[in-house]
Amino acid sequence: MTTTDLPQPGELPEIAVDPAAFGHLAGAQVNVELDTGDMVLNIGPQHPATHGTLRLVVRLDGERVVAADPIIGYMHRGYEKLTEYRTYPQITTLINRIDWLSSFANEVPFIAAAEQLMGIEAPPRAQYQRTILTELSRIATFLLFLGEMGLQVGAITPAFYGFRDREYVLNLIEAVTGGRFHPNFNRIGGIKDDLPWGWISECRGVMNKVLTSCDEFDDLVAGNPIFQKRTRSIGIIPQELGAAYGVSGSNLRASGVDWDLRRDGPKYLVYDELDWQVWTHPDGDSFSRYWVRLQETRESARMVLQLLDQMPSGPLMAKVPRIIKVPEGEVFVNTENPLGEMGYYVISKGATGPFRTKIRSASFSNVSILPWMLRGVYVPDIVTILASLYFILGDIDR
Amino acid sequence: MADDAATEVLPSRREEATEALTRLQAELGDAPNGAIVEHADAFGDVVVRVRRDAWREVAQVCKERLGFDYLCFIAGIDWMPTPLVAEEGSGDTSTPAQPKEQTYGVAGSDGRYQLFAIVESTRRKSWRLILKTDLPDDDLHADSWVAVYPGADWHEREAWEMYGFVFDGHPSLRHLYLPSEFEGHPLRKDYPLLAREVKPWPGLVDVEPMPGVAGDDETPAVEASTSDGGETA
Amino acid sequence: MGLVSSGKTPKPLQHLLNYSRKYSLWMLQWGLACCAIEMGVALAGPRYDVMRLGVIPFPASPRQADLIVISGTVTDKMAPAIKRLYEQMPDPKYVISMGSCANCGGPYWDSYSVTKGVDQIIPVDVYVPGCPPRPEAFIQGIVLLQQRIMSEDPAERWRGVTREPIVVG
Repeated sequence: MTTTDLPQPGELPEIAVDPAAFGHLAGAQVNVELDTGDMVLNIGPQHPATHGTLRLVVRLDGERVVAADPIIGYMHRGYEKLTEYRTYPQITTLINRIDWLSSFANEVPFIAAAEQLMGIEAPPRAQYQRTILTELSRIATFLLFLGEMGLQVGAITPAFYGFRDREYVLNLIEAVTGGRFHPNFNRIGGIKDDLPWGWISECRGVMNKVLTSCDEFDDLVAGNPIFQKRTRSIGIIPQELGAAYGVSGSNLRASGVDWDLRRDGPKYLVYDELDWQVWTHPDGDSFSRYWVRLQETRESARMVLQLLDQMPSGPLMAKVPRIIKVPEGEVFVNTENPLGEMGYYVISKGATGPFRTKIRSASFSNVSILPWMLRGVYVPDIVTILASLYFILGDIDR
Repeated sequence: MADDAATEVLPSRREEATEALTRLQAELGDAPNGAIVEHADAFGDVVVRVRRDAWREVAQVCKERLGFDYLCFIAGIDWMPTPLVAEEGSGDTSTPAQPKEQTYGVAGSDGRYQLFAIVESTRRKSWRLILKTDLPDDDLHADSWVAVYPGADWHEREAWEMYGFVFDGHPSLRHLYLPSEFEGHPLRKDYPLLAREVKPWPGLVDVEPMPGVAGDDETPAVEASTSDGGETA
Repeated sequence: MGLVSSGKTPKPLQHLLNYSRKYSLWMLQWGLACCAIEMGVALAGPRYDVMRLGVIPFPASPRQADLIVISGTVTDKMAPAIKRLYEQMPDPKYVISMGSCANCGGPYWDSYSVTKGVDQIIPVDVYVPGCPPRPEAFIQGIVLLQQRIMSEDPAERWRGVTREPIVVG
């Protein structure tokens, strides 16, 4: 099945109606004038299906969407202004909360940018631990997604499975960093603390458990005919358009674009020392986005197992002064976060804090394609599409 | 620039950046006839400052001729010095001590406001271009990129909201993040953070001062009290 | 009930009302930010299951909810929506402010778009500090609220007498 066979948004098939079927109503009297017009439906900001405070104003013709306008900003906290008044360690605490599910992964590009500006490099053991924690947060985020997309489609059980399996991974992160999420564990020059004793064998057990539960999700959700009926050929993102909108991460890979910043971008962690692959799917619909994230969860678990085997010994922090002053310069570092491509453009003027930080968040661009994508879909499909795009409001609004 | 061994820009990435720059120069040409005013290197990425009236042409060249199909973001910079920061050497670590003079960054600037964007390619690895353009203070207009990169829609709305840049040709320039009654453009440096002006940072408790500042461990400022078991009045 | 509004609720009836109310708190199914994830873990996660205490997050509509948990940052844009949600809830209603953003603005105390504390717009019964508070802390907040409900006088509440909010921890 290729992309050309599937109906494009707006090209839904006409339902054939037999005129003779309603012959018995031919003589019915109707005393109300049926005046069909567009209806404006306001979904959110408080709504169980919008994953947070997203407001979607849709103009409907019957059950079909004519136009959609996402209204964001209900979680806008003014990050870029706040970073101008904070020092680098303070900002590290704050940026955890942009994408609040995969918190560790938010710190990595910012710390990498500061380290590039200072000209220091974290030692190998710290890089390995950073990679492990990033992949663990990716697994945690995706487990929630795998469960919660089932919930949006109507199956409640996967949500419980997702939360249960996520607890194991959060326990691991908590054992290392002290916080279930929002670890605030990166430091400029390395990482704060070493792994506790017994953590590596515990982690191996949890990764094997994650691989088993991915098989469960495969059976329970992805193989479910109702789920497939609701997600196949719904919400197709064409490759060129997706890239022009800035859609990134698993959403773009599910449209067949073979692009992953862990492999194709400038080197930022130790992904080039691992044996792993990038998963793509040619269809570009909601099912393929689910499928790609399922495969990436498995791949992340396998990557963590490799990282645990290959971990070198050594120091955890490079030599940094006590008060961190980052020299003048500008740098852009973007990384493959669970939600997509996240980047920080840091402008420094030699002070203890940046002059300007532009935060490029993945969900902002992912959601900007919604007005285009929601034209012509039915109202229940809106929920499926929102669930499959997988955005976090903090990431959209910053 | 910091020494290359630590920043580790791989030769292939530098070649990619150089090729991007050369091809862009071939298409656009250097100022005053062409569009490129200045270019520089930022840790392996090439930063190109272009003339404001060529802003949309640059986007078309990047997308159609050079193959930069992915729009990363469009944003603004205000080069005015950050007000209300700590004084240098005061020991106040709650907020950084930013320089007081207005200086400009990589590839320079003509004035206070700049618009910048990053475009990438999904087909070539590490193929990235940072574009900047200056906007004069009294005429904050620029061409919209919506016809070239449809994703520019929301980025330009954000830039308008945060800085006041007006994009000609944008379908509907309205508030994105902030309520419609909001006044002002928050990311401008002269927009005050009122909470900071009203009260100091709540985390500033009486810890020992930073080394080198009067009152640190070497120079005790307070006499050690005689031990009375904590039975103070 | 007529007894509550006239102020003459007999003690056994008061006990029965409070007992049934505290163990059937229906919580509005809604969350704002990161604290909502911890709240979701506390509610739907099998480990910190708060449904065993009777708090069931079924209602997606505030018209059927007793308890609203403000879990996450309250922005100025969202504040009117929260006020409207609170006003749509029928009495007796309870508010738990979860996390430091909802308590006092939290890490965004100096932001231009954040409401520094949800108690500026609605009255709060329990403050649960933390960033984010652990699910156990949230459950402690619920348990303390249940203890307060147990010791409540419905007639006083009808007359509008408010009590000091509880701070967990």
